[in-house]
Parts: sequence; structure tokens; C-alpha cells
Amino acid sequence: MIFPTDALAQEALTPLSLAGAVVIGTAFGFVLERAGFGRAQVLVAQFYGTRMTVYRTMFTALVTAALGVSLLSAAGLLDLKEVTINYPTFLWPMIVGGLLVGAGFVISGYCPGTSVVAAASGKLDGAFTVLGVVLGAVLYAEVQPALGAFHDSGKLGSLHLYDLLHLPPLALALVVAAVAALSFKGATRIEQLVNQARAAKASAATTP
Amino acid sequence: MAKDPSKLWNPYVAGVALGLVLLAAYALTGKGLGASGASFRVGVAALQAASPAHVEAVPLMAAAIEDGPPLRYWLVFQVLGVILGGFLGALTSGRLGQETLRGPTFGVAPRLALAVGGGALMGVGAQMARGCASGQALSGGALFSAGAWVFFLCFFGGGYGLAYFVRRQWT
Repeated sequence: MIFPTDALAQEALTPLSLAGAVVIGTAFGFVLERAGFGRAQVLVAQFYGTRMTVYRTMFTALVTAALGVSLLSAAGLLDLKEVTINYPTFLWPMIVGGLLVGAGFVISGYCPGTSVVAAASGKLDGAFTVLGVVLGAVLYAEVQPALGAFHDSGKLGSLHLYDLLHLPPLALALVVAAVAALSFKGATRIEQLVNQARAAKASAATTP
Repeated sequence: MAKDPSKLWNPYVAGVALGLVLLAAYALTGKGLGASGASFRVGVAALQAASPAHVEAVPLMAAAIEDGPPLRYWLVFQVLGVILGGFLGALTSGRLGQETLRGPTFGVAPRLALAVGGGALMGVGAQMARGCASGQALSGGALFSAGAWVFFLCFFGGGYGLAYFVRRQWT
């Protein structure tokens, strides 16, 4: 096992590991910007069916990383458990949290990460979204004690789809990659249908 | 050479690049990508400056200061990088410039109000779910965490469910 490395482990909080975090963040921010994710219209077009860039980019990224992780793990280079331990499942807060983040995304036009990119490129709506995320996070921490057991409800620990399906991680990654490729064709079809319907509506509105 | 600000990377190329950044994060640091955790730390740091006793009395905030100053945290440094990378990307693509992105018939003030409001919903949701679109859906999803996939589905459900009601800010 070579990875994850001890030198750059995020728990270490050494000057080297913190510098590593800045470098990774810089690459992350640059790619998000170049994908167009610093612009609200590019992001929200996903939810109006006119341009499904978010779905394509995110699912491609997910498949790329999943294939990479499972290949490194199968080759004995990566200790998968060292990484997956950081992503436990808490079912109920993740359901409610997912709905809230999705709703907040289409209202603000960004997700918490892309709003940082938008703010860094001068977009005021991005900066206001960043402010909102800070306020919301603090607000939840304030009210969380009053919500009783909710925050830790549906605690299933480190639970993974390949365990539930009894598949090796690499096999599941290959299946998901195939599903992704097929779904991208479906996404193109949806875009065509939506944009045709919009064009028809627009021409009907201008014809006397 | 003239820059075309509307020119974006092909989504599949951007996806592979994003996936490789995520893979590097896992392999080198043991953790993925994220953002909302850093936002929380910034809020906690601001509150701590105003009222240290209050921060110690709120369980989630107390957990954030357990190991020292709230800003001494890997995600805070990663997000500093995101600011730098986002700035460099915008600078080199011709998309750098002060503006408020919105539809042609929608005002600046209501757009900024929706940005704060939507951001606050995401701040609440991401604290509940232990992560946002990057920290949970993408970083947990690529590891096939069951909770991350549930979050991912609910994220799209919430977006599609509400899109109709806020469509006027984009048209």
C-alpha cells in the first residue's frame, strides 16, 4: 500500500499537507471554472433540460475517479478503507440535506463549491451565495440540538453499494461507466426535445 | 489571440479532468474535495471572535474547535486554492469581471436576495448531510458510499422539484 500518503494526509495539518490542500484546491477551482461552473446559467440549465452540462461533467468525473480508485485498490497500491472511512452514511439527514441542497442550488444558481469560483471571478451573485452558505451552516449548528436525534439518524456507518450488491468495486465501476455512457445519449435526446418544444413555443408566440 | 468568454471545455474533458483531481486528492491526502465544510469554519471563526463561550456551547461548533483554531482545517486550505484556481481560470478565459448573473428581465436586488436565500438552504442542507455537491455527492459518490448516492438522487430531486418556481430569474 502506497496511498493515501502519510506526508499529505489531511489530518496531519503540517505545512506540507496544508500546501498540498491548496494545490489540489487550485486544480479543482481551475477545472470548475473552465467547465463553465462559475456561471449560474450554465449550472441551472441542467434543471430546465436545455443543457445538461452538470450531469455530464459530474457523472464523468465520478466514473473517472471511481475507476481510478478501484484500479489502484485492485493493484494493491491504495488502501480503500482508509479513504472510504471518511464517508459514512446517515440516511435521514442525507435525504433531507440532499433535497435542501438541490433546492438551494436552483434558487441561488450555484452549489457551495461553484459559488466560490463565481465569487473569485467577480460574480456578485456568487459572493452572496457564499455568504448564504456560511449563514445557513451556522444556523443549522445553532438549531441542531433542538432537533434531537435527527442529525445522527439512519446511521449505517461505512456502507457501500459494492457491499450491498456483492460486487468487487472495480466491477461496479465498470457497470456504472457503461450506464453513464448510455445515459449521456439519453441526456442529448432530452435536450433536443426540450429545445424543440421551446423553439415551437417561441415561434407560436411571434406569429400573429 | 482573442478570448471567447462563452467558450467552455467539453463537458466530458472537464469531467475526466475533475475526476483526476478527485483521484489525486484521495490518493495523496486520503480525503476528497469539498467546500461547505470550509464555509462553516469561517462562520464559526467569526462567531468565536464575537463570543467564544457561545461557540463552546453549541455542539457542532465545539467539535469544530476541538483540535485548535477553526480555520486550521484541510478544507479551508483547499477552498483557498479553489479561490485562486477559479480566479486564474476566469482570468485566462476572459470571464473575469464584476457582474450579477441573471435573466435579462430580472432585477439585481431580487437576484442577490435569492442568491443569499438559496445559499442559506444549501448551508443548512450540507451541514445535515456532511457535505455538498462536491463534498458528498461527488467525493462520496465516486467511492460508492450508499449515503452519497441517496444524497445525489435527492439533490437532483430538490433541483427539479423547485426549478419551475424560480424560472423567472433566468429568462
